[in-house]
Amino acid sequence: MLEVQNLSMRFGGLLAVDQVSLDVQEHEIVSIIGPNGAGKTTVFNCMSGFYKPTGGKILFEGGEVQGKPDHKISRLGMVRTFQHVRLFSQMTVVENLLVAQHRHLNTNLIAGLLKTPDYRKREQKSLDRAAYWLERVGLLDLANREAGNLAYGQQRRLEIARCMVTEPKLLMLDEPAAGLNPAETKELNRLIVSLKEDYNVSVVLIEHDMSLVMDISDRINVINQGRPLACGTPDEIRQNDDVIKAYLGEA
Amino acid sequence: MAAQNLKHALFCAVITLIISYPILGFNLEAEGINIILNGAETSTIVMVFLAAVVVFLFQLFRENIMATLKSIPTPLPQANKEPMAENKRARIESWVLTAIVVLALFWPFFVSRGSVDLATLVLIYIMLALGLNVVVGLAGLLDLGYVAFYAVGAYTFALLSEYFGISFWMSLPLGALLAALFGLVLGFPVLRLRGDYLAIVTLGFGEIIRILLNNWTSLTGGPNGIGGIPEPTLFGMEFGRRVKEEGNTSFHETFGIAYSGEDKVIFLYLISLVLAVFTALVIRRFMRMPVGRAWEALREDEIAARSLGLNRTAVKLTAFTIGAFFAGFAGTVFASKQGFISPESFVFLESAIILAIVVLGGMGSQLGVILAAIAVTILPELAREFSEYRMLIFGAAMVLMMVWRPQGLMPMRRIHIELKKQE
Repeated sequence: MLEVQNLSMRFGGLLAVDQVSLDVQEHEIVSIIGPNGAGKTTVFNCMSGFYKPTGGKILFEGGEVQGKPDHKISRLGMVRTFQHVRLFSQMTVVENLLVAQHRHLNTNLIAGLLKTPDYRKREQKSLDRAAYWLERVGLLDLANREAGNLAYGQQRRLEIARCMVTEPKLLMLDEPAAGLNPAETKELNRLIVSLKEDYNVSVVLIEHDMSLVMDISDRINVINQGRPLACGTPDEIRQNDDVIKAYLGEA
Repeated sequence: MAAQNLKHALFCAVITLIISYPILGFNLEAEGINIILNGAETSTIVMVFLAAVVVFLFQLFRENIMATLKSIPTPLPQANKEPMAENKRARIESWVLTAIVVLALFWPFFVSRGSVDLATLVLIYIMLALGLNVVVGLAGLLDLGYVAFYAVGAYTFALLSEYFGISFWMSLPLGALLAALFGLVLGFPVLRLRGDYLAIVTLGFGEIIRILLNNWTSLTGGPNGIGGIPEPTLFGMEFGRRVKEEGNTSFHETFGIAYSGEDKVIFLYLISLVLAVFTALVIRRFMRMPVGRAWEALREDEIAARSLGLNRTAVKLTAFTIGAFFAGFAGTVFASKQGFISPESFVFLESAIILAIVVLGGMGSQLGVILAAIAVTILPELAREFSEYRMLIFGAAMVLMMVWRPQGLMPMRRIHIELKKQE
C-alpha cells in the first residue's frame, strides 16, 4: 500500500537521505532501524509531508503524495507519532482525542451553533470512539485529566490512541518505546501487534529497542548515513554482516 | 549577613528616593508665559524621606518581619474542604451568571446617567476583549493591531449613515461583516508568521488603518472625524427630543411620557448588554465546538495538530475572522454611543489596553476576561482624583498581578466531558 522509491532529501550541502526505497504491504509491520543520525526520522518527515523531498517518489495506495501538505496526507490515512511526545498538554485527555477526529466532525459553524441533529450525532459518535480507545489503552479513568499531567508511559499510549481515532490505514511510529521500562515495552509490543491483527492497520516503526523490533517486525529496513544498507526479515537482518558492523555490533 | 542586608536596604532606600523625589518633590508652575520649577511643600518632602526610611527599615529587618508574619496562623476555611462536584459547580455558576445579567438589566433605572454611560463603555470593552480572547487566548496568535477591526466597524457605520443614511440596525451586521472580511483578508498573508513576527505585522496593520483614516480626508474627514452619527432607534422610534428622520416617531411621545435624556443612554446600555451577552454566549459555544478545540490544539502544538489532519490556515483564519467580527460589533456600538468618531479613538494604546484585559483576566477564560474588562475600565474612573498618578497605579497593578497571579484573575478551566463506558 505504501511504496517509497529512491527518496532523497538534501539540506543545503548535506544529503540526509540518499536513494532510500521501502515498501509496506497491507497488514504488515515494517521497521526502519539504523544508528542515530542515519536519517530515519527524515524519511518519516518526508512521508508525512513535513518535508518536501528533493528527489524520489512516495506512492500511497497508488497515488503520489510527496510534497503534498501534511494535513492532506494525514487525511488520506497516513498518521504518525513523534519521537518526543507531542500532546496538546493543556487540554484534557478526551479533548486530545476529539481534536484528532476533527475531519469526522461537522465543523460547520452554523450547524454547531444551532446544534443540528447531524452535528450532535457526529459529536456523540466521536465521543464514543474516544471512550472506546481510552478503554483500549487503559486511560478511561483519566479521561478528564490534563494530558500534560499524565505519566510518561500513559502519554505514549495516549499518543497512539490519538492516532487510532483518526482511523488510519498506515500508522507511523517514531521510537514509541523510547523512555519506557521493560514492562511498558512489553505492553506496547502487544498493543502494536493487536493494532495490526484486530484493526487491520499497517505499521511503519522506527525503533532502537531491538527486542521489540525483532519480535514484531515482518520486515526490517536498515539505513546507515542516509543510505539503505539492508532489507529483509528479522532473521536475515540478524545474520547480515554489514548490519552487524554498522549498527547491531558483535555479540 | 547583616552587612549584606544593610547594603541591600540602603540600596532600596536610595532607589525609593530617586524614583519618588523628582515626581513628588518638584512642582511645575506657570507664571505668566514662563514655567517655573518650584520645590514642593515641606510636608511632601518630609513624607518622601519618611517613605525612604520605612523602605530602609523594612528591607533591613525583612527576614524577621516575614518570620513574624508567617507565625501568625491564617485561618483557611477551604483548606480541608473537598472540591465541589463538577456538575454542581457548573450549575451554580450558570445560576449566578443569569442572576448577574438580570440584575444588569434593571440596574440602569436606579443609577445616574454617568454610571450608565460608563457601564456602556465597559460592555463595549467586554465585547472587544472577548473577541480578542479568541485570537490571543484560544488560538495563541498575538495580535497587536486588534483596534483596526474596531475602527473598521465604527467607520463602516459612520460612513454608511453619512453617505447613505443607513440606520444602526442595518449597520450592525454590515460593520461586523466588513470587519470580519478585513480580518480574513489580512489574516491570509499574515498567518504563516508566528509569535513576534505576527505581532509586528498586526501592529503595522493597525497603524495603517488608522493612518489611512487620518489621511483620506475626502472620504473620512481625516483628523476632523465624522460627527452626527445617529443613535439606534427602537422599531422606528427615536430617542431624541425631536424626530430627525422622516417617518420615525419619537419614543416619549408614543408612550406619552415626559422627555428624558436618560432614556437614550439607558437604551444604548441595554443594546450593549444584549450584544455583549450574545458575544459571550456565541464564543462560549465556539469554544466547545470542533473549531474551538482546533484553535487550542494549534496553540498547544502546531506540528502535532497538522499531523492529525488539521488545516492550519483554515483554523487560524476562523479565529482571526471571528475575533474581527466581534470587534466590528463593538465598533458600531461605540460609534453610535459617541455620535462622533475620529482616528484618535483607534490608536495603538487601545489595542494594548484590550490585550492587557485579556492577559489580566486569564488567557482563554471568559469570566476572567469579563472581570478584567470591568476592572480596567472602571478603576481609572474611580481613581480620577489621582489623575496624575493613574498610569503609575495602572502599571503597578499590572506588575503586582504578574508577580502574584501570572495566570490571570481567573485562569481558564477545562470543561468536563462525561464518557459513556463502551462495551
